[in-house]
Amino acid sequence: MNALLEMLSFPFMTRALIAGSLIALSAALLGVTLVLKRYSMIGDGLSHVGFGAMAVAALLNVAPLVVAIPVVVIAAFILLRFQNQAKLRGDTAIAVISTGFLAVGVILIHFSKGGNVDLMNYMFGSILALREIDVWTGIVLSVIVTAAFILLYNRIFAITFDETFAKATGIRTGFYNTVLAILTAITIVLGMRLMGALLISGLIIFPAITAMNLFRSFKKVVVTSGIVAVVSVVSGLIVSYFFGIPTGAGIVCINVTLLILSALISRIIKKD
Amino acid sequence: MALIECKNLTLSYDNKPVIENVSFTLEEGSYFCIVGENGSGKSTLIKAILGLKKPVSGTIDFAENLSQTEIGFIPQHSEIQDAFPASVKEVVLSGCLNSCGILPFYRKAQIKKANYTMELLGITEIAKKSFKNLSGGQRQRVLLARALCATNKVLLLDEPVNGLDPVVTEELYKIINDLNEKGITIIMVSHDIRSVAKYAKQVLHLDKEQWFCGSIDEYRDSEIGHSFLCDHSHCEHEHHEHNKSEEEETV
Repeated sequence: MNALLEMLSFPFMTRALIAGSLIALSAALLGVTLVLKRYSMIGDGLSHVGFGAMAVAALLNVAPLVVAIPVVVIAAFILLRFQNQAKLRGDTAIAVISTGFLAVGVILIHFSKGGNVDLMNYMFGSILALREIDVWTGIVLSVIVTAAFILLYNRIFAITFDETFAKATGIRTGFYNTVLAILTAITIVLGMRLMGALLISGLIIFPAITAMNLFRSFKKVVVTSGIVAVVSVVSGLIVSYFFGIPTGAGIVCINVTLLILSALISRIIKKD
Repeated sequence: MALIECKNLTLSYDNKPVIENVSFTLEEGSYFCIVGENGSGKSTLIKAILGLKKPVSGTIDFAENLSQTEIGFIPQHSEIQDAFPASVKEVVLSGCLNSCGILPFYRKAQIKKANYTMELLGITEIAKKSFKNLSGGQRQRVLLARALCATNKVLLLDEPVNGLDPVVTEELYKIINDLNEKGITIIMVSHDIRSVAKYAKQVLHLDKEQWFCGSIDEYRDSEIGHSFLCDHSHCEHEHHEHNKSEEEETV
């Protein structure tokens, strides 16, 4: 208990806990839709784009979010366009764009500092990299994402379950898909500082799949996904603090464990 | 009264015309079947009726009391993901969205309507069940209930009995026919020629080169209808007799 209190006395830990939980919540809510729409790799692709954008920001010496959010939002638009096109398949488009940005990012970082420390931070995340301004933007933006998700919940369900029907009944599916893309882009950029470009898609994919193993209704899956995400971020941060392991990787490992547990539970329940 | 009127409609896919110059008038209360071989443009026509595809030329007009978003669409079986986590009630309720306006959540009237359509289709008991665990017939009932939440005028069904066993198929046809008798206009794409002969009031036959539209009796007598009914039921004669004996039964 004392150790926990001691952990909380570090400002960077409380910051990471608050911002991390909120970002994880947004990522998990959006993740349910992205996984079901088979867009889960978009998260991965966008994080690499974000990596490239942050490298540009580092080179120009401007605030990372100012560059990264618009660039990633635009990339999200482009990727969603490709999802609905036959000529260049969606997954191929993601691979092309994300690898391209990753390569550019690595080169730019090489030139800007020449060191490896920053590169590691961007790739795998670091709670020490979270500054106060990051925490506040993180809190504000993830509250906006979560609120938007709740307000649009019924429409998001409709376009996720059956987009054709939704469109036929007059729901502006293009508009809501765009909103989803923007929300996803923002969430990924925010999460990158904590989780790193290579691990952020874990926050989007794992809680959703874990929840789907356990529940069969959309609402329960969404709520459970949010809970799983927050639990995994909080416990991941605690574990990484006490054992000195990298935070992003710690959170993803907890997610993997929860996923395996949920798969086992769903097997046992099915046998009944 | 004409509910939907199509004039000189031409639709194309990837710049290749799939339907050319098709015209038809859909009467209110009709049971309208769209038949034709694969690739004859049936699905494209459906998309155009639903407003998901713009015609190259020609028009689709709706009666004053019908807006395009008030058509209850039942998609093909394969178009919905198998593993989607959604309860029956969630699926049915999503049909009410077009009456939500800008409000984010469902109101009491909409929940009532969802409950009513579930009752009507006999799926109230499975309301909490997961859509993915349902049988093919149950799924179709759920999708019908959802469509009925979106409309009380027109249902558009795209090959609704695909993959269903004969008993369930018959049940589903009976439900659709009952709804038609209650005054709901039915538009149905079908490969099942026996059901077309049995239930349809109007038939639209699409073919790459030509098309036919008329009442079921005119269709039987037409060359295109004659050969289609014959090809698919192998013996139209027997079919006619089958129909007659059933008519006698009902008399």
